[in-house]
Formats: sequence, C-alpha cells, structure tokens
Amino acid sequence: MAAKTLTIDGKPISAEEGATILQASEEAGAKIPTLCHLDGVYDVGACRLCLVEVTGVPKLLPACTTTVAEGMDVKTDSERLRRYRRMILELLFAERNHVCAVCVSNGHCELQTLAYNHGMDHVRYDYLFPKWGVDNTHPLFGMDHNRCILCTRCVRVCWHIEGAGTKNVSGRGAQARIITDLNIPWGESDSCTRCGKCVQACPTGALSHKGSTVGEMERDRGKLEFIVLAREKKQWVTAD
Amino acid sequence: MGDAMILSDLTQIKARELAARKKVVLRVCLAAGCMSSESKGVKERLEQAVAEAGLQEEVEVRGVGCMKLCCEGPLVQADPENALYIKVTAQNAPSIVAALKGGKAEVARTDPDAPFFKRQLGIVLANSGIVDPERIESYIALDGYQALHEVLHEMTPKEVVDAMVASGLRGRGGAGFPTGLKWGTVAKSPGAKKYVICNADEGDPGAFMDRSVLESDPHAVLEGMAIAAYAVGADQGFIYVRAEYPLAIARLQNAIKQAKQLGLLGSGVFESPFNFNIDIRIGAGAFVCGEETALMASVEGKRGTPRPRPPFPAESGLFGCPTLINNVETFANVPAIYRNGAEWFAGIGTEKSKGTKVFALAGKIKNTGLIEVPMGTPLRVIVEEMGGGAPDGGRIKAVQTGGPSGGCIPAQHLDTPVDYESLGKLGSIMGSGGMIVMDESTKMVDVARFFMEFCMDESCGKCIPCRAGTVQMHNLLEKILQRKATVRDLLKLEELCDMVKHTSLCGLGQTAPNPTLSTLRFFRNEYEELLQPDKFGPPGNGGPRESARTP
Repeated sequence: MAAKTLTIDGKPISAEEGATILQASEEAGAKIPTLCHLDGVYDVGACRLCLVEVTGVPKLLPACTTTVAEGMDVKTDSERLRRYRRMILELLFAERNHVCAVCVSNGHCELQTLAYNHGMDHVRYDYLFPKWGVDNTHPLFGMDHNRCILCTRCVRVCWHIEGAGTKNVSGRGAQARIITDLNIPWGESDSCTRCGKCVQACPTGALSHKGSTVGEMERDRGKLEFIVLAREKKQWVTAD
Repeated sequence: MGDAMILSDLTQIKARELAARKKVVLRVCLAAGCMSSESKGVKERLEQAVAEAGLQEEVEVRGVGCMKLCCEGPLVQADPENALYIKVTAQNAPSIVAALKGGKAEVARTDPDAPFFKRQLGIVLANSGIVDPERIESYIALDGYQALHEVLHEMTPKEVVDAMVASGLRGRGGAGFPTGLKWGTVAKSPGAKKYVICNADEGDPGAFMDRSVLESDPHAVLEGMAIAAYAVGADQGFIYVRAEYPLAIARLQNAIKQAKQLGLLGSGVFESPFNFNIDIRIGAGAFVCGEETALMASVEGKRGTPRPRPPFPAESGLFGCPTLINNVETFANVPAIYRNGAEWFAGIGTEKSKGTKVFALAGKIKNTGLIEVPMGTPLRVIVEEMGGGAPDGGRIKAVQTGGPSGGCIPAQHLDTPVDYESLGKLGSIMGSGGMIVMDESTKMVDVARFFMEFCMDESCGKCIPCRAGTVQMHNLLEKILQRKATVRDLLKLEELCDMVKHTSLCGLGQTAPNPTLSTLRFFRNEYEELLQPDKFGPPGNGGPRESARTP
C-alpha cells in the first residue's frame, strides 16, 4: 500500500493510503474533537465536530470520513473551527435535557468533557426542554432519551459488531429518536442479546447499566476495539 | 410485438398515426392542475358532444398534458383554428363543439399569442399539451425514440458523452453540475454493473415542473434515461418519484409498460446489444430524499439519510456501484439534444448556461402556471411581461427562486438574467424551478420563517447543525416576528446561519439559511423594524455576549 505525505497543522507526516485525516492526525499529535466517531465502528460524519480546514478546498471537511491525499495541507484548529465546535456543543446542550449534576455519566461524559475543553461556560440558545421518556424496561440496561445526542454509536455497534440489529433511528429532525426493534419497549425485544455493547459505546449518560447512580457510569472503550481487532486478526479461532 | 423493434417499425407507427389524424383536434388538459378542476368530465362531455353532432370522423378529442396557463384551467385548445378556451366546464363544453360548425362558443377564450405563450421556448415542454401522455404512438408520431435509435446505431458511448459535453447542458436539479462531465465520470468508473437514476423527488414548496413533465410527456424522460444508460454503460434504471404524485406514477407505469411491449425498453433494444430496464421506486415524501445520497439509501430500502461525499455516486452509488443521477428535466432535455444536435442546443441560452429552464410561476402574479424560457431571459420579462405583474395593481416586491435552498431577489434586481451564475451572485440559486412572486403585502421575515420551518420539519436529524440549528434559527425568527427580539438575537441568528451553512452534512442544511440570509441582505430594515430596545445597550458594551468566546 502506498504511503501519502501530507501536512497537519504545519507538521509534515506520512500516512497509509486510505487512512482518514483523523487517523493521520494522531501521528501528528493533533487532537481533533469527535463525538459520533468510535474506534471499531465505521464513521458517519454526523456530529461535525471533527471538521477541519484543507488548503484549496472551499468547504470544511470531516476528518473522520475524509481520506488523506498526497500533499494535503490540513488545519485542525483555528478560531473559526473553535467557534463552530463550541456552537455545535451549545446546540446539543440546548436540544435535550442535559443536567450533569444528576447524570450517571457525570465526570465520565464525552459531551461534558468536550464542553469543558471548548470553554463552553454557558449556552446562548434557548433551552428547548423537550419531554422525552426513559425506557427502563430492560432487566440490565436503561435508556434515557433526554441525554441522547443521536450520535448513533449504539445503532452501529448493535448492527455491525453484535449483528443483532436491535437499535435503530425513528422519526426525523428534532423528533428523531433511538428505538428498539419496531419501536417497542427495550425489555420486550426478542432481538436484543443483552451484550451491552451499546451501553459501552454511548458517549453520554443516555445508556447506562441499571443500578448505577450519579457519576457511577464508567465505560470500557477498549472493549469494542478489542472485539473488532480480535475478529479481524482471528484471535479467537482455535488452531485445530 | 415483443420482437426487436427496428427503425421501419418506428416510421410505420408514425405514418399510421399521422394518417389517422383527424381534421380537427380538441386538446383537453389532463395534467393534475386541470384534473383537479374536473377536466376529465370536460373531456367526456366533449366526446359525447362530438358523437351527438356526428363528427367522430372529423374531430378528435385528445387528452394531453399541461398547457401551461394553469390559473385559467381547465384548458381546451382547438386545432387548427388555434382557439384556447379557458375555465371550461362540463356544462359549457358542448358549445365548443357547436362552434366548430360555425356558432359561437359560450366559453371564455384567451389569446394563444399573448406574451405568456409567445415568450416561451419549448424543448422540455415541446410536446407538453400536444402529445397524449398515455399513448406511446402519439409520442412516436412526434419523432419520439428516433434519437435513441440513432444513438444506438450510429454513435459509440463515448461519442454520446462527447455530444453531451458539447451541448453544455447543466443539471436541472438546482446545482447546475455539467451533465456531460457527470456522464463521462460514470462512464469511466470501473464496474460491471452501473445504474441510472431519475430524481423525481420534487419537494420545493410551490414547484411542480417535474410533476408536469412526468404527467405530460413521460416517454421523453424514459428515452432520455435510455440514452444516458447507453452512454454510461448501465442496464438498470430507477425513477424515484414521490408518492404525492399518483398521476405521474400512473402515467410512468403505463409508459414503461408500453415501451417494453414495443421493445423500446428491455433486452436488445432496436436490435442492438443494449439492454435497459426501468423500475419505479416510490418515495414517502421526505424532502431530504431529493438529496442524491439519501435518495440512493431510500432506493436501497434503507432510512433516507444522506452520507458524506466523496465517494460520489459516480464512483460508488447505488448498492456500491457507479451510478448516474439526473433530475427529470435534465433527462427530458436529452432526446431533443440528440435529435437536433449538440450545436443546436449550445446555440440557445447564455455562454455558461445553455438551453432553456422550466419554471413553475406562482405567488402574487396574474398568470400562474408553467413556463419554459431560454436561459438568460431577464426576470422582468418573466414576471412582468409573461406573468402580467402583480394582480389588483399591486407592485412586485421580490421573486423567490430555489425554494427553501434559494433566496429572494428584490424588485430592483429584476433585470437580472436567469442563469446559474447571475442568480448565485444575488445569493439565490437557480434551483429546480420554483419561482414565487411576492408583492408589497408580503412580509419578508415571515417568508424567511416559513422556509426555515420547512427545513426544520424536513431535516433528517442526522447531523447536529441542521437538526438543532434549524430549530434555534426558527425560534429566533419567531421571536423577531413576535417583537420580542433584540439586536443581540439578530446577531445570534446571523452567526447560526453562517455556522449551519458551513458545517452541515448535506445540501439541505448547507442551504437552509439561504432564504434568511438573502432577506437579511436585501430587506434588513424589515428585521430591524421588529427589534426591541436592548436593556443592555448596544452589543459590545459589556452586556451578555452575543458571539461565542473561545479559548
């Protein structure tokens, strides 16, 4: 596979052909913020936090789905990008009911961490305070739609790693929501294998283990990557 | 039938059709607009009256597609005397037949030589209102499918693509991407299986061009798709049409069936090695499914949401195969281009925008309906000369093009020629062809709010800027309209417009702020008039921050 050389934040680096800007940026030591990206599952380019500037391209490009090209000059940080990222975070906080003080993921939340890192000291948009329910019908897990940011990580791990296809998205626009099977309570789902990958994948407190209280919901992000790699490298195949 | 069709069969059908032509033809519009005012009953009554008068041998009553002046429907045109009857009812229809024998028809008439008609140039709509959309023979009599025969037997696929490049046709879906370049890219993309898709998911409020084309001349679209498929090497086509267009779907189904029966679609078209089938996919009416990647997801049976490009459909489209997606009007241009030659087409229009454009003229204007004008026609000619200006002596304030992705062009810019670049410079877009005229009574903030609400409702919810941004922008516009907003809200709105425009995933979000931005550009005073004094004083004076501070 041919290698490509490019510049990320002024630093010349090389990357494998087909690698995304996001993958290449790790080598350059640039930390691009992400929210819908999750190591181990394919990218959808939905959260728009990883948008970067590429010299000669009029549009901003998502680092997670744009592959590197020879001679590319990428800027992962600028006043404009920081402003847009902060606005995206503000929009998310205003959209649903994100109350960190009572959240199971307080202190371990990717949304919260990003807000800290982007200096989001307040939200300038009107809070919408929508009325979303909580699905606690599952024996092991709970789903709080008030804390969901629709990153669809849970949907992707459910379909493409576990292969169960339990989680999906229904509705559109502000009414879009994560559903179980054909919109039935999670506890009644026959397809759910109770593997818990969705709970591991969730960046906020939307999906949690039952019984966890404020700040107790910690996740093992390495687990998903481990499963994917083990499959790809056939580490679970016994040699007989 | 069913055996391979050859050119002589085609000319025979044409000759038979011309020989059977009667002395007088009464054309009755059976497109959706006139149908909704009972034109079907008019046609039946006319047929009955012809029979009663014993004129069956001399008079043909033909159901046709759109005759363009929709506001005066149902329309009936009598040939060869060139009389255009308006607002015909089943009651007064028989008098049209009586008039043929020398009496006077008790039906109002309009002048078929009025500027509304005379200023039009028909390429896409050349057959509309003349051809019977439910009979393939009627299309063949107007030289239909001859271009396909010529392309299959006298041109290589590369020559077909080259001719398309030479014609200068640009995509009529709105963005204006050069059609020849798109065809060439798909043709060159490696892959044994390729697809051609016709995007008939017309969703702009006030737009009905594609619906009219499909209802009035479905075979032109099928022929255009077949020529495109030959050029790019595809053997399967899909027409993605919204379920809200039942008449268009029925006519397409009928047209596909007839073309298959005659061997003009299917295997070995015109005794050539070219195979091509077309299937219809019916959309559930989500606006975002007009976006090509969302459309393809929907055709695949998935949730209709867009995905980032690249890869572009030309490289990896439907089911991962190279796919050509063009709009209805683009395909409808194709047969005429190959029948008359690329140079002929390139001779119409402006330097960068060739050919004609169909517009659905609507809003505060006397003559509403469908028009097709050469590119470069000034807006003033369209709205004042053809459209007849605002009704009841009102003054035209602005013209909106491009629907929820476009902008409002104020009256002082009415001399702007209609082409892709000129409209773009004014912050609007050509769009797919919706043209809404507004008079002095229209409140521009209201217009901006309407389109923002539309985008908010139609956002698929996948990317955050569009999903959450349109909601906040809509709320801010609502707040301004309720006279509760201050200058800080206006700044917030402008900042959001900029952000949503530059960060959204697909065209829907990227263009959703356009109506707001363009009304802010030309009618900022209407926004400012609604603002309330800010208790914190002017922005930048130590009050709440109006823009995001970043570390």
